[in-house]
Amino acid sequence: MTSMPVARRRRSRPVWRNTVVGWSFLLPNFIGFAVLTLVPVVLLFYYAFTSWDVFGGAEWTGLANFRQLLHDHSFWTALSNTVYYTLFHIPLTLAASLVLALLLNRKLRAVAFFRTVAFFPYITSIVALAQVWNMLFSPGYGPINEILRAVGVHHPPGWTTSADWSMPAVILVGTWREMGYYMLLFLAGLQAIPTQLYEAARVDGATAWQRFRAVTLPGLRPTTFFVTVMLTIGSFKVFDLILVMTNGGPGQSTLVLSQFIYQKGFVENQFGYASAVSIVLFVVCLLVTVAQFSVNRRRNA
Amino acid sequence: MDTLLDARPGAPTAAAFRGRPGRRGRAVRVLGYLALVVASAAVLLPFYWMVMSSLKTNNDVFTLPVKWVPDSVVWHNYVDIWRKSDMTTWLRNTLTLSVAVTVLQVFTGSFAAYGFAKVRFPGRDVLFLAYVATIAVPWQSYMIPQFILMSKLKLSDTLWSIIALQAFGAFGVFLMKQFYESIPDELVQAARIDGMSEYGIYRRVILPLSVPALASLTLLTFVNTWNDYLGPLLYLRSHSIWTVQIGLKSFISTYNAEYALIMTGSVLSVLPVAVIFLLGQRYFVEGIATTGLKG
Repeated sequence: MTSMPVARRRRSRPVWRNTVVGWSFLLPNFIGFAVLTLVPVVLLFYYAFTSWDVFGGAEWTGLANFRQLLHDHSFWTALSNTVYYTLFHIPLTLAASLVLALLLNRKLRAVAFFRTVAFFPYITSIVALAQVWNMLFSPGYGPINEILRAVGVHHPPGWTTSADWSMPAVILVGTWREMGYYMLLFLAGLQAIPTQLYEAARVDGATAWQRFRAVTLPGLRPTTFFVTVMLTIGSFKVFDLILVMTNGGPGQSTLVLSQFIYQKGFVENQFGYASAVSIVLFVVCLLVTVAQFSVNRRRNA
Repeated sequence: MDTLLDARPGAPTAAAFRGRPGRRGRAVRVLGYLALVVASAAVLLPFYWMVMSSLKTNNDVFTLPVKWVPDSVVWHNYVDIWRKSDMTTWLRNTLTLSVAVTVLQVFTGSFAAYGFAKVRFPGRDVLFLAYVATIAVPWQSYMIPQFILMSKLKLSDTLWSIIALQAFGAFGVFLMKQFYESIPDELVQAARIDGMSEYGIYRRVILPLSVPALASLTLLTFVNTWNDYLGPLLYLRSHSIWTVQIGLKSFISTYNAEYALIMTGSVLSVLPVAVIFLLGQRYFVEGIATTGLKG
């Protein structure tokens, strides 16, 4: 690494030429990326302070949208439902995907088959899946409640038709769908752990549980961190699953932030107000990610 | 890159150093299998139910007790669906979009990734950080300004909107850069000394070496565009440009009691993805593993 500058100077390609060549590679992608991602993100911070709706242009109103948010009952419902989803979806998916990865990371026949199966829901369209699950969850005649009754649950839950059970139903489907994806990440992490460490632990007489605690978990830490960050962002922005499965209902029992933004912006055409809610979502994701990174850095130090 | 695939029997994994073959080892192994069989059953049950229901008469979908196998297989649903819905149009639109987006994403992504991975110039790393940072910014939080922008560009309610939306994502750049970094810089330097231009190096040295990564990106992008529901929901209002996801959703609300037919439509919307996945699953797995290594 240290000899690099010398080597480069010897071949002496001027910096400006490298810059031009480098940018020429980036441009086809960067133009699209800048126009469709960077510009909207900047605009968001302008719209959020305006009273833009279907009746007029963007008029600067300062913090009015945010003051209105504070008193908007639906907003607080959406926020707390999002937190509800997040608090359950993260640990459940983390545990399920880790257990699956541990099960698959061994000398078993048909491991490739099981891996394929577990990953399949993740690449299946959400519309079809939500529809199937809605039918499976159907309270009167659905197979799930049929199975529950067969094992002795006399009054199985109403799932997506009940305000208390709709969120658990959505969380279950979300976990079921995503665990295969995170399992793949964990598998990659597991295989990066040097086998010598397990050997050494065995020689020292460590039990399977001790090996898991002392070798596997620490070795997986970078993967676990990455998975947690991705899961957190994924949970806070949960949208399409809920939109097609429950559409926020019954009542507002599964209304989440993304859907609230969608309703205000695309159904009620209150662009300014919806942008203010978007900023809340943006800031929440940013803060949580930054917090996770700083905790991770402190732990690694 | 291939590490994930070594989980096959016979490969030296951590498990190879667990129990010596013995009664206890065998018991653990049987338990492991059992857990995997139960987990697979739980994962596959909805798919099984979807296919079975699509082969039933409508009245047989919900029965007490549940009929896990149809009394007699009804193929007729697979004929009726084409007549009752615009499935042909939806599939054609979806295919057009998926191909266009994939071509653009693979080209622009791999091209930009070369600039990020192999050309040194001031500001490069800051720019890459901006790309990575957008992964932490949910699309849902800027979909409104983006929609307004697209409307001003007169793109909304055209297929172009979805192409613009999906083709320039950071994901392709990220995945390809991760892969290019595993290609030794010496190789690129040697080509430079031989007098190759950077574009020549990209095309004749790097691209041939990155076929697996390109395959991963192609398949992941294709499937992602095929399955996208939110983009079409916001942008595609005219029925003639609907995709299969949004068409299926509307079909479900129109024929909400035609359960068997709804399941037939669902099977049809999933089938192309299932075939692609089964043929190229190796590339899916590798692509996911590559993006995950960043940690």
